[in-house]
Amino acid sequence: MNYLLRRLATFPLVLLGVSILVFVAIRMVPGDSITAMLGTEAGLLTPAQRDSLAAYFGIDQPWFVQYWRWIGGILHGNFGISVTYGRPVLDVILERFPLTLELAVLSMIIALLVGMPAGIYAATHNEKPSDLGVRIIAMIGQSTPSFVLGLLIIYTLSAGFGVLPAMGEFAPLWQDPLRNLSQLILPAITLGFAFAASVTRIARSAMLDVLSDDYVRTARSKGASARSVIWRHALPNALIPVVTLSGIEFGYLLGGAVIVEQIYALPGLGRMVLDAILQRDYALVQGSVLFIAFNFMIVNLLVDLAYVALDPRIRLGEQ
Amino acid sequence: MVHLTGRLLSGITLAAMLGIATVSAQAATLHMAWSQDATGLDPHKQTAFSSLRLLELIYEPLVRLDASLQIIPAIATSWEFSKDGKELTFKLDPKAKFQDGTAVNSADVKASFERILDEKTGAAARANFLSIASIDTPDAATVVFHLSQPDAPILTAMSDVNAAIVPAAEIKAGSIGTKTVGSGPFKLDKWDPNAKEVLSANKDWAGGATGVDGIEISVLPDEAAILAAMRTKQIDFALLNDPLVATLVPKEANLQLNRVPVLAYNVLQLNPSRKPMTELKVRQAISCAIDRQEVLDTAALGEGKVTGPLTIPALATDPSQLFCYKRDVEKAKKLMAEAGLADGFSATVIGATGEPPTAAAEAQVIQSQLAEIGVKLDIKMMELNVYVDAWLKGDFDMAIALNGGRADPYTMYNRYWTKAGNLQKVANYIDDTLDSQMQQGRAETDPAKRKAIFAAFEKHLAEVSPWIWLYTSYSYTAQQKNIAGFVPTPTGTLFSLSKVTIQ
Repeated sequence: MNYLLRRLATFPLVLLGVSILVFVAIRMVPGDSITAMLGTEAGLLTPAQRDSLAAYFGIDQPWFVQYWRWIGGILHGNFGISVTYGRPVLDVILERFPLTLELAVLSMIIALLVGMPAGIYAATHNEKPSDLGVRIIAMIGQSTPSFVLGLLIIYTLSAGFGVLPAMGEFAPLWQDPLRNLSQLILPAITLGFAFAASVTRIARSAMLDVLSDDYVRTARSKGASARSVIWRHALPNALIPVVTLSGIEFGYLLGGAVIVEQIYALPGLGRMVLDAILQRDYALVQGSVLFIAFNFMIVNLLVDLAYVALDPRIRLGEQ
Repeated sequence: MVHLTGRLLSGITLAAMLGIATVSAQAATLHMAWSQDATGLDPHKQTAFSSLRLLELIYEPLVRLDASLQIIPAIATSWEFSKDGKELTFKLDPKAKFQDGTAVNSADVKASFERILDEKTGAAARANFLSIASIDTPDAATVVFHLSQPDAPILTAMSDVNAAIVPAAEIKAGSIGTKTVGSGPFKLDKWDPNAKEVLSANKDWAGGATGVDGIEISVLPDEAAILAAMRTKQIDFALLNDPLVATLVPKEANLQLNRVPVLAYNVLQLNPSRKPMTELKVRQAISCAIDRQEVLDTAALGEGKVTGPLTIPALATDPSQLFCYKRDVEKAKKLMAEAGLADGFSATVIGATGEPPTAAAEAQVIQSQLAEIGVKLDIKMMELNVYVDAWLKGDFDMAIALNGGRADPYTMYNRYWTKAGNLQKVANYIDDTLDSQMQQGRAETDPAKRKAIFAAFEKHLAEVSPWIWLYTSYSYTAQQKNIAGFVPTPTGTLFSLSKVTIQ
């Protein structure tokens, strides 16, 4: 409990650091909201026109004034207004987040459902042809970029079979679950494929480690069945690295899967942040990066708590 | 046959599994897609291609351009220059109405142009209307622009949606850009930035009934995915940028590709304020060393045509007559030697990633061509906004650029090639000949004389070679074959979607 409180207490500090970093970084990139809107035509503006637009975009003040204003707003729950959407930043983020969360959850389910059994299977058939087969597929999975796989899936379905999930208009889960799943399943497979490959490899090596441990040998010598040795004795300990990996991957996915969202035209967090950066929508970039950082910290915390559940020997926060 | 049936069956099973309807969309709504969304809704402030294409369906200027770039009526039914060219009078269409039901009158026109001219607005097109001294509204249907000097190109500039007529009441309320009240064929019902737009037909449009009840535009960022969505008939009509994707369209039995050369031009901008591009002979050597056709063929699959500075069909001359448009490496080497640079030099060329999609390939072809005369090019690709920043500051040795065209050469080039041009710091080159040719072209109203003036301008510009004009590409739209009535134009406007029908 103490540990949990101490961890939560570090959150504001980390977020403050992230806020400064993103605030400075996005402003260090050349170009601003005016050039993003007008492109090269921005060169036709007179200085007075430029000043007036800068005031409109809120970039007319020195950076520390802008930062102070922004942070002050956040403390009052106001993340600013997105100039692209003309709406509060938090509203825009929360509208996009469910899709990203759903996509992350679906990919993780696919990854674990495929990766865990494959990894365990490979470990228990160590150095046999079937193990080699699993390892080769896992290697391909890890090294295929998601845009290749995504485009390949889209091309094959549309050119080969004349079908494709409806693109453009996205149906939220609670409005039309069937349509929603039909739109998300392919992106989830695209993301889940590489994710599953990583899980397979980690699960395999962790399982191999554990299977050579003394206590497993003891269990075997006591006459436990092969199945019971693997599932009851070895698996829980082999899970720890898998949980670590999944946590990190899941945290990344919560930041949005830019390329997959781009290919499948999903209105998720990743694409929103990318567009916001390209359009120099400062408030939206800053707000969403903070939001993503916060999610990442929560996921990390949950992973740490999962260790305790998996291995009673681990006591968090004790030296 | 068995194979085909099997494929069909597996397709249907797959469709069923994914819960997809394979039937086409409802007949009355046009489903459209593009990869880049509009960036805003204020017609006076937006310059992004997609924004203009969207706003042209909602707002109307006084006049419009047809497919051959001739000026035709829009809100104004007729117009007339006074003898001295310093007074321009418009008669407005009495049927023209804004989408809130109020009539478009002369006060709206006056208020719209005053808004554009007001520096606080930040309208980039303001630069085209600086000759407007005052605006009179003798009655509700008549507007008189008093000009400080004869300005023939102003009429063409007024055909742009950046000169759209907006309601005076909305200007007063400060709601332009947040609320869209135009007088055009469609109303904007919904805009979800970077995701979709929903437009419905404006029943009160003075131009008559539209061919479809509405248009739904989806933003599909990947153009390969747009093509896939068209194959499965989810999308009826799409805008494409990438020639690599566009050339795949004709291979699909149900799809049709529309292409038309655009006014925008692909160019290698030299920076004549930086050594050794300060030397005329060096710039000319670069011009002679470049094989424009090869750049076009290699970088853009031959999709386009080699062009001189003038891309407007009515004014363009035969580019093969321009300076060194036929590659001449020997001449180039000789010019380099005369400039004292027989061993060549090193320079950096900048380009924007994906804008145009062919930018990196163009840079690579030019790099290898210039290597033959000893010029070592270092290619630096940047994100568009970073590129625009460097470009506006003139901070480059050379730049691969796709610059927008206009239907009038003065409006298109006065920013670069006049002494007072606002983008002189980008062009970094001006001489008396260019400046006086531009001023003559601005004042001249006789079409034949204008053509001769601009032909001389083009010849001189190609000779002094501050930039190396390469080619104009095509604007592409893809459509299902059951869509009828779309007319592609060199400006890229989608205005003819107002008369498109689904059969």
